[in-house]
Amino acid sequence: MEIAEELARKQRSISVAEFFEKNKHLLGFDSPTRGIITTVKEAVDNALDACEEAGVLPDIFVQVRKISDDVFRIGVEDNGPGIVPEQIPPVFGKLLYGSRFHQIKQSRGQQGIGISAAILYAQLTTGMPAVIISRTDARKKAHRFELMIKTEANEPDVRSRQQVDWDRPHGTRVEIEFKSTLAAKKRLLEYLRYTSVVNPHARITADIDGEISTFERVSAEAIPCPKAIQPHPHGIELGTLKRMLSAQESMTLEVFLVENFSRVGKQVAREICEKARLSGEQKISMLQPADQKRLLSAMQSVQIPAPPASVCLSPIGEDLIRRSMDKEFSLDFVAARTRPSSVYSGHPFVVEAAIGYGGKLNADDKALILRFANRVPLLYQPGACAITNTIAGVNWKLYNISQQTLPAGPIIILVHVASTNVPFTSESKDAIASIPEIEREIGLGLKDLGRELKLFLSRRDKKRVADDRARAICAVIPEIAIKVGEIVEKPAPDTQAIEGKIMRKVIAKRRTVNGTVQIEVNNYTSQPLSLKIYDFSPDAATDALPKPAFSEKSGDEYTRVWNCELAAGGTWTARYGGRGPGHLDLQGIEEKQKVVMDLDV
Amino acid sequence: MSKKDLDARALPQLLGIAQGWYDQMKQGEIPSIRLPTRTKLNIAFDEASEVWKYGEKESLRAANTEKSAIHLLKMAYVIAFIKQQIREDRSSTLRELYYITEGWKRAKFETQDESNYLIEDLEILSDLQREAFHLRPEEDGASIFGPIRLKESTRRGDRVLHCQDDVGEAGYQIPNNMESVEFLDHEAKMVIAIETGGMYARLIENGFDREEKAILVHLKGQPARSTRRLLHMINEKFQLPVVVFTDGDPWSYRIFASVAYGAIKSAHMSELLATPQAQFIGVQPSDIRDYNLPSDKLSQQDVDALKAELTDPRFNTDYWKQQIHLQIDLGLKSEQQAFAARGLDFVTREYLPRRLAEMGVLKG
Repeated sequence: MEIAEELARKQRSISVAEFFEKNKHLLGFDSPTRGIITTVKEAVDNALDACEEAGVLPDIFVQVRKISDDVFRIGVEDNGPGIVPEQIPPVFGKLLYGSRFHQIKQSRGQQGIGISAAILYAQLTTGMPAVIISRTDARKKAHRFELMIKTEANEPDVRSRQQVDWDRPHGTRVEIEFKSTLAAKKRLLEYLRYTSVVNPHARITADIDGEISTFERVSAEAIPCPKAIQPHPHGIELGTLKRMLSAQESMTLEVFLVENFSRVGKQVAREICEKARLSGEQKISMLQPADQKRLLSAMQSVQIPAPPASVCLSPIGEDLIRRSMDKEFSLDFVAARTRPSSVYSGHPFVVEAAIGYGGKLNADDKALILRFANRVPLLYQPGACAITNTIAGVNWKLYNISQQTLPAGPIIILVHVASTNVPFTSESKDAIASIPEIEREIGLGLKDLGRELKLFLSRRDKKRVADDRARAICAVIPEIAIKVGEIVEKPAPDTQAIEGKIMRKVIAKRRTVNGTVQIEVNNYTSQPLSLKIYDFSPDAATDALPKPAFSEKSGDEYTRVWNCELAAGGTWTARYGGRGPGHLDLQGIEEKQKVVMDLDV
Repeated sequence: MSKKDLDARALPQLLGIAQGWYDQMKQGEIPSIRLPTRTKLNIAFDEASEVWKYGEKESLRAANTEKSAIHLLKMAYVIAFIKQQIREDRSSTLRELYYITEGWKRAKFETQDESNYLIEDLEILSDLQREAFHLRPEEDGASIFGPIRLKESTRRGDRVLHCQDDVGEAGYQIPNNMESVEFLDHEAKMVIAIETGGMYARLIENGFDREEKAILVHLKGQPARSTRRLLHMINEKFQLPVVVFTDGDPWSYRIFASVAYGAIKSAHMSELLATPQAQFIGVQPSDIRDYNLPSDKLSQQDVDALKAELTDPRFNTDYWKQQIHLQIDLGLKSEQQAFAARGLDFVTREYLPRRLAEMGVLKG
């Protein structure tokens, strides 16, 4: 037998499912720890996309339960529109089956691989079928499927199908069981937290082996679902063009161009034809391969306005980013920018960036960088990502942020790239490729935010110096005065003159001496003031002089309020018997004009 | 100066600092102090006294930030404490002071360094030494051995001692407060200040003090203030030449520099502590070469220290530049006890007599 024949017997086609079975890493299933995150991510992405399309506020429930030592059952449930029963087997049991692949608009999932790959992964590690429950209408029953994938054929294998009762009026639940570990629990929660940041309209509840976390929504407005647009002539490839041409053979070239591409009117169509040296009147079935090539290059070289980004993209918006960042990270400063839309190779995109500072962030750490593409957090391969590299390329020292390649300090940087076609470096969608147009937009957004942060920092530093001075003058200098008086054997000098001269503020002091709490308020400003003075302490203070306008016990603590009219330069005092620690506050004066000192510390 | 005189001077000085603050606050001003900047960049050679002192640069420390206000508060507490100590005729060590501040709430010291630094500030402000504040450092055990007689006034009365005849083999221990010591008379031709205990003991054992009529002073590494004060007092009172004998490495040259010119930390008292006439005897880098002494390679820190000395105003002489460049070229350092490689007597029979003759300390 000839070798070629022998080889021929071994040669056969490979199904996509078989291919991915062997190349799990391409889809983000390279390890059991990562598998759990990828699965949740794919299911949550689908849930959010579905809710968006149906215009409902997503309410997503993620559940991870330990079945045995190394087997976990993952369930993800949404309140989306549900899936009609006939579509459930192909959607979940067939790789590369989906509704969004051929559409040009911003969406999380696209190829229809993600969730089916997770089901395939489950099948490989535990052999357990996936369970899908879906309901499309409150008037109908839910459908429950047990599904597996026939890997050789890439076809769904329905193990069971029944109608069941379900508490959700509409929505979908996916349950998958596979071998994994919870080593990445922190990262899983991080993923959900970050997802919540860029999906401010979603509420996500997670039950990780009994531990409940809720990521609340900050906006009760469903986001408008991006609409699909026609391809832009600048972003098309020869193969696509050929397919489009052969699908509509009877059209004339001009009509074909006008009807199938965005931003192409008669004028532009004629220009393209002229440049390609083709007649707009001829039938497209007459085009020869050489004509097609000329047509393509003409389409890409003629000046055409950018695609209508506002239709097909849905940026989060500056206000919502600020609010969700603040909700999740409690920051001292947060600013966000949504850049105007832009285009690379015919694909529209919008860059959004935000910077948060202070709050509970750790001052010794490197900056926390949150990368997003089409509202999906990117958790892996930060070093290969255009976002990270652009952040490293900004000179942060200009904005008073320390930097060692990446910026450092209590700072959080968020970058979101939304596009009809996010240029990922690989199919696992971990990192955005280095595209100059995108990097330029990220850089511009960050620099803009950097300037704002710098302004905040310099104001804060000024306030710090002022506060520091206030503490020195109001708390330490009086002590120096007492000690110095003791040394020179004279009464301690009155330091109020210093306070008034330097401060020009309202100064409130609280101190406890020999079982008496003394409160003193000095108005060193040039205006008369009408103040409310709040005092909180465990003392009942029935002997308080003057008598407070209001006194109430809540818990172990009493709250007292005095009203006080204080002329410019005036002083107000109160005292009562007590020894407990407490604290003081003032209202009726701007924050920066008041200094409250607790002298018992 | 008697203790009474010293107290009579110290009290008004300290009270003057407090009075200054009192007056400032009375006028509605933030209390402040003015001190010279205490860095290497701000020491300058004083032609009249031939020592290095703080230069013109001053910094103002006003109580207008929490940190400097607390510094002034601590100073006020310390002044009040010293005032009480002087009144009650008691004294304490710097370490004790550090522990005493434990009860001072906001004015409590965080580290021992803080009390040392604060006392140095007070010395500069009052132009007095810490002994005047009844404060002393821990005993550091430096000693002196040789033909000299002194009188020390102790709490238990005056003691007159001869530093060869009335002391053990280790010599007379230098007290912290040299102001209580008076030198009476001597039969010496020179003073040799020695870095290491090993070499000090070698010279005593070989009878160098008797044969060459030398007063031996053990510096014990970087010398304490009292040791430098002792060298200054002997030199000033009897005009005896002082030579400094250390290891041959960059750190030891700094020991010599602090004896001869003063230290950066105590530049405010250089006039009392430094002995500008002191000469460096060795180990010189050229000795390492000429006597082929056993040696170690210079480390990177050694080389960096040598280079730093080339920019230090105290080493800005032809002699030092030549020796330091030679050492960098050799890449070697030797300890003073390396002379033992040529026999235990070599240092007292050959090396020291030859060097002392070269330097004109021993004639003929």
